[in-house]
Amino acid sequence: MEKEYALNIEDLKVVYKTQHSVVHAVNSLDLKLEKGKALGLVGETGAGKTTTGLAVLGLVPNPPGIVERGSIFLNGRDVLKMNKKELRKIRGKEVSMIFQDPMTSLNPVLTVEEQISEVIRTHNKVNRKEALEKARQMLEMVGIPGERGSEYPHQFSGGMKQRVVIAIALACQPDVLIADEPTTALDVTIQAQVLEMMKALKEKYNTSMVMITHDLGIVAEICDEVSVMYAGHVVEHGTLEDIFDNTRHPYTRGLFDSLPNMEDRSQRLKPIKGLMPDPSNLPEGCAFCTRCAYATEQCEKVKPPRFWRNDTHYVECHLYSENDIQKGEVLKNE
Amino acid sequence: MSKVLLEVEGLKKYFPTKKGILHAVDDVSFTIEEGKTLGVVGESGCGKSTTGRAILRLLEPTAGRVTFDGVDVAGLNAEELRKMRTKMQIIFQDPFSSLNPRMTVSQAIEEPIRLHGIITDKKEREERVMELMETVGLAPRLYHAYPHELDGGRRQRIGIARALAVNPKFIVCDEPVSALDVSIQAQILNLMEDLQDNLGLTYMFITHDLSVVHHFSDDIAVMYLGKLIEKAPADELFANPTHPYTEALLSAIPIPSLHNRRERIIMKGEITSPINPPKACRFANRCPYATERCFHVEPELKEIRPGHFVSCLLRDH
Amino acid sequence: MNGTVDTNKEVQKKNSLAWDTWKRLLKNKGAMFGLVFMVGLVLMAIFADFLYDYDTQVIAQNIQDRLIHPCMAHPFGTDEFGRDLLARIVHGSRMSLVVSFTSVAISLAVGGVLGAISGYFGGMIDDIIMRITDILLAIPMTLFAIVIVAALGPNTQNLALALAASSIPIFARLVRGSVITVRDVEYVEAARAIGANHFTIITKHILPNCMAPIIVQVTLRIATAIYNTAALSFLGMGVQAPAPEWGGLLAAGRSLIRDHSYLSVIPGLAIMLTVLALNLLGDGLRDALDPRLK
Repeated sequence: MEKEYALNIEDLKVVYKTQHSVVHAVNSLDLKLEKGKALGLVGETGAGKTTTGLAVLGLVPNPPGIVERGSIFLNGRDVLKMNKKELRKIRGKEVSMIFQDPMTSLNPVLTVEEQISEVIRTHNKVNRKEALEKARQMLEMVGIPGERGSEYPHQFSGGMKQRVVIAIALACQPDVLIADEPTTALDVTIQAQVLEMMKALKEKYNTSMVMITHDLGIVAEICDEVSVMYAGHVVEHGTLEDIFDNTRHPYTRGLFDSLPNMEDRSQRLKPIKGLMPDPSNLPEGCAFCTRCAYATEQCEKVKPPRFWRNDTHYVECHLYSENDIQKGEVLKNE
Repeated sequence: MSKVLLEVEGLKKYFPTKKGILHAVDDVSFTIEEGKTLGVVGESGCGKSTTGRAILRLLEPTAGRVTFDGVDVAGLNAEELRKMRTKMQIIFQDPFSSLNPRMTVSQAIEEPIRLHGIITDKKEREERVMELMETVGLAPRLYHAYPHELDGGRRQRIGIARALAVNPKFIVCDEPVSALDVSIQAQILNLMEDLQDNLGLTYMFITHDLSVVHHFSDDIAVMYLGKLIEKAPADELFANPTHPYTEALLSAIPIPSLHNRRERIIMKGEITSPINPPKACRFANRCPYATERCFHVEPELKEIRPGHFVSCLLRDH
Repeated sequence: MNGTVDTNKEVQKKNSLAWDTWKRLLKNKGAMFGLVFMVGLVLMAIFADFLYDYDTQVIAQNIQDRLIHPCMAHPFGTDEFGRDLLARIVHGSRMSLVVSFTSVAISLAVGGVLGAISGYFGGMIDDIIMRITDILLAIPMTLFAIVIVAALGPNTQNLALALAASSIPIFARLVRGSVITVRDVEYVEAARAIGANHFTIITKHILPNCMAPIIVQVTLRIATAIYNTAALSFLGMGVQAPAPEWGGLLAAGRSLIRDHSYLSVIPGLAIMLTVLALNLLGDGLRDALDPRLK
């Protein structure tokens, strides 16, 4: 059965060109998001997660950013081939993005309902009154009493602001929602509330979602599939079960081992050694080779091929071959 | 039982604001034993950082006693306090703003040694800086580097080296890893553990990250709106969270595993204002079990099991 | 095991901050133009007596040569009294530079200290200092300078003092504002935590990090001081005729601008180029002093 993709990114390459160097932010990235599913895009600072999100909206700042090649199919149409007018049409209507910091993504001099209705009026032929009405409905939807719509952002707490941001993003019921670390700036209990709400809204509108995060806990909570990103490239992809219980890539393993074990607090953490490579000077072969405990000469020279463990799970690593990808013992015997 | 190094009694820090008096820290008491780690957790605005700073007198406490190694910190004059700073140190949360951008790595680490006249000879001081850099895992080639040339993990190592430079006994760690990526976070936590083992340090570890605090601390204190509401040994707290807030807080941690998932308790509402709080349980308006009494009576911290203290009217008996 | 992150054991070459600053400044073409221009100007002012004799060439009147347009003998032409404009510009640079530099130095020193104290300590001290500066700011600056010169008598010293007094509140406010933005940054708290005293904190941790607006303001104030010297000279409160001073030359050429525009254009250009050079140098210094900018 052919799967239907809400978002299909193939071989995307984005660079930032400065006077002295070329920063390879996104390198041959493949990302597929099925309709109605939630995909977790996991990686550390500088992995290119946010750039990927911006590329989908055609918002990579240029200069210095340049989309060098690739395609981003959103509902079957290539975003990279759209002109400015077409891009404006899809932003907010077909794809929306939620940014990390709710404190700075709202305009302080407009009331909350005005900000929501602005998006609605941009994409729908409604008058001001209808738009405001719809804005209040959206507020109720994200758990804020409608009458608070006439207040200004500074009258809201951090969690409430992020709810407003989500209301704006969902106001035109986009097909794809890109959430860039939406709860990182929030406290745990508030994070739990917001995640719960996002989950419910996603069900309700059948929105497809890309959840950009560094927190594997959030992924386990809310996502269906996971792409693990390192230095602008997806190194492992699979369903939750594939990634959490059948980890194959040493980097993914390293991410799990870096987290404190909640069962046994005396267990020492096993951090990944070293640092993220300089994105303007990436190794020729596998980008992770400088930090990998299993790296060989081959890893430094040759880009690892993609091995499929099953229909949903692949890994790009020289440790495996077509035959032994099923067995996870390489990492377990450490 | 080992020696108590730090004793905090009835610590209060109020800030006057235009809307009234902000009770940032309100009557907090606890002790830390030598060589141990007390984790202090809570959400933003609960007063955990203020507590740490009031102990070091980076903020003047409004009331209360802080006894460190037998000395009353609150009673020290400016010069005595300056000397005390060689025994009590702090590591800051943000490795990007806690370093002077115009000082090199070596200058930053050297500064405390020079200020306290610990080593007066220039050559010896340079050697000591090198030694400290090695202790925290900074390469010698970074000796003349500026902070902006380094990543967050390395910057935090500078912060740690600076704190260690005066040979302190006690370090307040104010969210030392929350600005770092997980893989780097683990490196820094391991480094701090090793330093504790090798140098016999005592830590007060302030964080909002419950999985980190569980891993790192011997005892954990939970704070809510300026109050210490529960304190217990780490495993005991995680196994038997007794205060309804602790319970909800623990259940809200996103667990990076598909197994052993906890039932979420989603709390209603958000933290209320710490300005002019009523004489009542401060968690009452969000508490799922709150009774009429909770809104009128202020609970006190009581020991319900050996070493396990809770401040809740419902768990008094 | 907290193994070193890096394997490279070599200590990087040590460069002092001054050397780094100089190297960064060298890369900035505008700043280099400004620097070369200013060095040239200062040298010219110092050695003015070797270029033109003050008594015979600068102030002596020479009616038969009056109002000659620029030519080989008089590259900048001559004025209505037959004095060579180039000679007067060269000697005039002394007065303009001395008055503007001293006045700015005084106001930076006094205003800077007041502002730093005000911003760092806050509270009562801040209130008192700021109310005083508010009062000073409320008095029109030129009027203020006139009052000082009128009371103390018109000479170079008093002129510098008068101009300085009028810039003090501006520097006090600027430094206070910059100090406040840096005061609450974590590394200042970190400095307190390691036991640094107020003096160390202000001089090592706060002031170096709020240099940028101060440097820019200094270059702008020097420019303003040159203009104000001119204004005061024009009113008879500053440099007294026949002593040359750029502002005075500009003012004197004003009445002849129709047929002898060079008399006002050239002093005007001298002022403009100096101000431009100072601004370029100031901007360049600001960037060069910041180790974050390569």
